[in-house]
Amino acid sequence: MDTELLILSRLQFALTIMFHYLFPPLTIGLGVLMVMMEGMWLKTGNPVYEKVAYYWTRLFAVNFAMGVATGIVMEFQFGTNWATYSRFVGDVFGSALAAEGIFAFFLESGFLGVVVFGWNKVSPKFHYFATCMVCLGGFFSSVWIVIANSWMQTPAGFHLVEHNGKTRAEIVDFWAMVFNPSAPDRLVHVWLGCFILGGFFALSIASWYLLKKRYLPEARVMFKVALVLALGSSVAMGLSGDSNAKMVAREQPTKMAAMEGHFQTGTGGTGMYLVGWPDQNAEKVHYGIEIPKLLSLLLYLDPNKPVPGLDQTPKDERPNVLITFWAYRVMVGCGLFFIAVSAMAGLALWRSDPERHPWLLKLCVLSVVPAYVANQAGWVVAEAGRQPWIVYKLLRTSEGLSRSVQAHEVLISIIMFGIVYLLLFGVWVFVMNEKIQHGPQLPPPRPEGQSELEGLADAAGQEVDPSHDLMEDS
Amino acid sequence: MELEVFWFILIGILLAGYAFLDGFDLGVGIVFYTAKTDKERRIFMNSIGPIWDGNEVWLVTFGGALFAAFPEVYATSFSAFYLPFMLLLICLIFRAVSMEFRSKVKSVPWRKFWDFSFFASCTMASFLFGVAVGNSMVGLPIGADHEYQGHLGHLLGFYPLLVGALVVALFALHGSVYLTLKTEGELQKRLRPLMWKSFGSFLVLYLMATIITLVSIPHAVEPFRHPGPAWLAVLVSILALANIPRALYIERPGEAFLSSGAAILSLTALFGAALYPNMMVSSLNPAYNLTIYNAASSQETLKLMRVIAFLGLPFVLSYSAVVYWVFRGKVKLDDTSY
Repeated sequence: MDTELLILSRLQFALTIMFHYLFPPLTIGLGVLMVMMEGMWLKTGNPVYEKVAYYWTRLFAVNFAMGVATGIVMEFQFGTNWATYSRFVGDVFGSALAAEGIFAFFLESGFLGVVVFGWNKVSPKFHYFATCMVCLGGFFSSVWIVIANSWMQTPAGFHLVEHNGKTRAEIVDFWAMVFNPSAPDRLVHVWLGCFILGGFFALSIASWYLLKKRYLPEARVMFKVALVLALGSSVAMGLSGDSNAKMVAREQPTKMAAMEGHFQTGTGGTGMYLVGWPDQNAEKVHYGIEIPKLLSLLLYLDPNKPVPGLDQTPKDERPNVLITFWAYRVMVGCGLFFIAVSAMAGLALWRSDPERHPWLLKLCVLSVVPAYVANQAGWVVAEAGRQPWIVYKLLRTSEGLSRSVQAHEVLISIIMFGIVYLLLFGVWVFVMNEKIQHGPQLPPPRPEGQSELEGLADAAGQEVDPSHDLMEDS
Repeated sequence: MELEVFWFILIGILLAGYAFLDGFDLGVGIVFYTAKTDKERRIFMNSIGPIWDGNEVWLVTFGGALFAAFPEVYATSFSAFYLPFMLLLICLIFRAVSMEFRSKVKSVPWRKFWDFSFFASCTMASFLFGVAVGNSMVGLPIGADHEYQGHLGHLLGFYPLLVGALVVALFALHGSVYLTLKTEGELQKRLRPLMWKSFGSFLVLYLMATIITLVSIPHAVEPFRHPGPAWLAVLVSILALANIPRALYIERPGEAFLSSGAAILSLTALFGAALYPNMMVSSLNPAYNLTIYNAASSQETLKLMRVIAFLGLPFVLSYSAVVYWVFRGKVKLDDTSY
């Protein structure tokens, strides 16, 4: 085993997946907001709704492009860096990936062209249909990729077969693979994470406009719609988190023990650390603040049933406890923050006027940061907590590497991705800021007096205004 | 039909579809500097604005289908082409964001930067696709364990580099013919000499590549020794190539576009026929070749994937038809454009 190659390959995967995951959850969450806003506009004809719907579309487009650009890297990397893993799982994992391409990506990217470039080229109803399809495409995509990842967490519906002198997993039951024990819980959890990001992202922008007294009519609408999504998904996330914790305790007890820094099983109920510093070598938690019996109560609804600790797992099959423990606490902490902020904002909206509470608006502006952090931290818990396995209990991460790739080659590609992603991150922040400063605007007018069919048929009929400043466009 | 053969053909169709569709997107990037003013450059980018993304999905689906149906080929080839593919990914990233970011800011240096990155990433990506195809034709040092045993230097032989240049010329031709359909007036006129130049370069490179193939890659010539479906691909490619200068001469860009498209499809078919039933040829020992049989997934997966393909493809084709219909005709810029 080449330790250097292993570390570099894992580092590259972590870098590229974490950067990629800044974008898809936002586009899935924003997609829902676009469907809500554009639907409200179609129903009422209120131009403020149209402005907001168009505005979301423009922000969506930037993030979607970033998601596509960084997403193709992920698909290639299984083959380039994890070839042995790919040979092992191709039969199972590959089919989920191919299904994602054919069912989700074509739908999303096909209709995205209409959504972004077609505001004034197709009829409003057809445009709305396209918006719904893009949103649906995002959901389909998340379904297949979360199924594939959940299969790596809790493999099901397969058997192991010798092929070309190597062992590989082959499908025996497709539906058992799809509905593997962790997939439904994790999918709901991922969706709610996306809604939280979309909701707080929109809430943050709306609150900032309210604070600065800019675009007030649009900002008030945005604030309300975003708050509905943010509050609803934050509360639902509490339930989903509980259900997920119970699932992990059932399916991956070692991961649960690492999440809680729970080293010795002991007798009687297991307590829960609020904070602390797990020390994997000494097998104890330093400076821990512990509430007795709480973990047993939360997981089993029985304060006296012991939760299995890390001592039940051989040392070389344990994940990094410090990372798993803290990523979990960061995620849960953010979750509690979301409930508190959205509940306060909801109360302010119901009882009086949130614009009279600048501190609350400021809190809402900042809330987009924990929304990103929570999504990232959640995946760190899931992935770091699965180590040292790449496919849980079947294949070690160290055994999944490409045999023909050298450590220095991976070093070169990490440096390349590092530089390019740093540049892209800067440009993305800059462009998003420009768009937010520019505020919601009305879309270009569509030609008057057309039926729906004519609207579609007149797809390319827009003339350019010769006096139009060509550098103006965005 | 055997499932392995079905999947070999379907993966070939996905690759050919990608080359046809993204071929003109990349071609627009290769000939990007034909557009001189800011407005002209925006017209070029917007000619593919609403569709390039859907076209790239053909590559993503090709990758996913290869992973699912022939995991050994996916694993061996992607890890063998490690650094070239990393560079390809960087190019595909820049191609995407150049278009997205270019017109968002009113600044000349900003737009110059993204213009160059669009041109360079499209040209480099096309070249790297060609290098990968060229290497697959000649064969790679693959061992008994199906692992690549060479290093970067093995991938940069004369023939692969020649095929790389050939793909750049072919996509430049395809892209400039596409642009002729999407533009008008003086800009459209300026594309004419470019089409002839790219056709000429392509023809020279293609003849060179064909001669080298006939002389030095015997395993690629074998399938063409006896009459069969492979001959059909040869015939179509000759007719398509011959029709391109004719259509250019009588100024029928629509016909020229179909011909350059047919040339791309038939050249992909020739590539497939030259390999069949191998998918990756070992230069060390023919016994180590990855064939459609020893590299395939289980019968169960191939069957299941066939169901998924039959369910999905009608939808894919209908979305594509709708989008191309909505954005047909000459490019007009407005507030929704890049």
